[in-house]
Amino acid sequence: MGRGYANNMLDHLQEIFITLSKNKLRTTLTGLSVSWGIFILIILLGAGNGLKNGVTSNFSERAVNRVNLWSGSTSMPYQGLKSGRNLPFSEKELNVIDNEVQQSELITPRTQTNQTVSFGSEYGAYDIYGVMPAYRDIYKLEIGIGRFINELDVKEENKVIVIDKKVEDVLFKGKSALGQYVKVGQVMFKVVGVNTKKERWGSTAGYIPFSTAQLIFNPNKKFNQIAFTVNGLDTKEKNEKFAESLRRLMGRSLNFDPQDKQALWIDNAQADYLETIKIFGAITLFVTIIGILTLIAGVVGVSNIMLVSVKERTREIGIRKAIGAPSSSIIKSIILESIIITAIFGYIGMILGIGLTELINYIMEQSANAQASADGPQMSIFKNPTVNLGYVYFSTFVLIVAGVVAGYLPARKAVKVKPIEAMRQE
Amino acid sequence: MITLRNLHKSYHTEAISLHVLKGINMDIEAGEYVSIMGASGSGKSTLLNILGILDTYDEGEYLLNGTLIKNLGEKQAAHYRNEMIGFVFQSFNLINFKNAMENVALPLYYKNVSRKKRNLIAMEHLDRMGLKDWAHHMPNELSGGQKQRVAIARAMISNPKIILADEPTGALDSKTTEDVMNVLTELNKTGITTIIVTHEQSVAAATNRIIHLKDGMIEYETRRDTRPGVSTTEPVMHASPNPSDRGESETEILINNKP
Repeated sequence: MGRGYANNMLDHLQEIFITLSKNKLRTTLTGLSVSWGIFILIILLGAGNGLKNGVTSNFSERAVNRVNLWSGSTSMPYQGLKSGRNLPFSEKELNVIDNEVQQSELITPRTQTNQTVSFGSEYGAYDIYGVMPAYRDIYKLEIGIGRFINELDVKEENKVIVIDKKVEDVLFKGKSALGQYVKVGQVMFKVVGVNTKKERWGSTAGYIPFSTAQLIFNPNKKFNQIAFTVNGLDTKEKNEKFAESLRRLMGRSLNFDPQDKQALWIDNAQADYLETIKIFGAITLFVTIIGILTLIAGVVGVSNIMLVSVKERTREIGIRKAIGAPSSSIIKSIILESIIITAIFGYIGMILGIGLTELINYIMEQSANAQASADGPQMSIFKNPTVNLGYVYFSTFVLIVAGVVAGYLPARKAVKVKPIEAMRQE
Repeated sequence: MITLRNLHKSYHTEAISLHVLKGINMDIEAGEYVSIMGASGSGKSTLLNILGILDTYDEGEYLLNGTLIKNLGEKQAAHYRNEMIGFVFQSFNLINFKNAMENVALPLYYKNVSRKKRNLIAMEHLDRMGLKDWAHHMPNELSGGQKQRVAIARAMISNPKIILADEPTGALDSKTTEDVMNVLTELNKTGITTIIVTHEQSVAAATNRIIHLKDGMIEYETRRDTRPGVSTTEPVMHASPNPSDRGESETEILINNKP
């Protein structure tokens, strides 16, 4: 006695570590079930998160509340008009949506023409879109260099163009395109900006003011795409109702039967997003349930081994009691043992699990970068499969508690057995 | 040292109630060398458990060194065990994942003696048992006699006043039995009260006082006078004295317990 408490504690810990290391099989089995539980949990949560992050990232490429309208041709006769009429949009429809659709916010038409774009001796055939300034936000373009089309460009029908990075790469061979003039068809356009967004979906293109496009490439003033963002459509029902009323509205403007699905194509990303959110809910629930089940399996495993090991140690406990160990000291040792095992092996499982998810993440990022520089569209369904550490700590904590409870209950019972009887157990 | 007065003990199970000790009266002085004999079921192990504060009793009194051992808390019981009593068991009861030295040192762990110091003390005790060279061997590498000597060293390390041995030679051959009994006898000569539960006549013969139990009562008792010059065995009477024989050999005197 008369020694420091810390010193004393150290001796106790040393004694526990000796016990653990001398009973390797028992320690390893208990530890493995803990490590494995935590490991699987992390992998599962990581996979769930990766799936979620992957799909979400695809949506973040565009505004999720975006509605795209494409013109079609009628498939039903309507008010004396025959079917099979092409119904391209005009500025009238643009105004109808802007003024009469309450939910609409940003809006842009899009004319589309394929033109040869050249700079010096370099040339390529690209889609040229005539758009409004809002296009940038609706399609989430990233103008890394220069600026996008602005209101003044539209008002003054400026011959300015914003080109995709890949177009710049082809035409300018790594030099900056900003301020240079390119020839689009037969007309010279000044490059005012470059879209540096890593385009996963579409083709390489150039963007010019809507008014300029109408003037130069679109003599009949007709176009076949309108994109706009909507607000407040947060349920499936609202989206369905919205689509219906939109169809009626456009039907009035363009003269077609609102029932005629081919006269107008509506692509509602918001509705798709809501659907996907629902699927996420299901995925999250699924992963959570599996996680909980894994945790329960871990708890059962730890408890079982603790139960067996305490039972196996009845004799040892009896001996310790007979030579003067108070029950409290024995229980304390057993609980400390289980805490140490679950904590250490839980930590190992955590390191391995996080290590694996990070490794997968690293490999995927590498291949994503490699793909980004290659041609062709790509889509990720799996991204950043990492786990919220909070869950991991919580799971480890749960296993530690399970280990303590599973150690305490049989230990309490075991120390109540009379030493002589305990020691007679062979 | 040990005083038992009208000690009763019953075991209760769901089906039956077993009256194991039926009024034991016993006085053991400090330094005595006692054996307790009796058939199985006579209550001798129960009596040893109670003496070792490993079990409780229902009625009567047990005074250990003047202290009434009754209704002790778990901690107190452990404390008295640790301070007063060393146990030696038939099956040695060494912890099989600790080597001889660690086994001997274990009681001192519960007395908060530092590892270094308790290992040192353990080595001294092993040396005394002639097992210094075996200190780092695991129990499964030791012979029966060696194991029992390790167990005795462990019992001795906390300097107990009393050694309680439950069939200490039950698992040993005759030669080893003799060795172990010599060790116990030597310990007794250093002044430690030694109480041995045995069913072997030869073991009991080594002690100075033999208490015979039958059906939870002391049937009779024989005592060997160890005073110098007196080599006879002197019968001791308990209830109604009824001396009948005082021969040269060990004598057993029936004590009339029956009304």
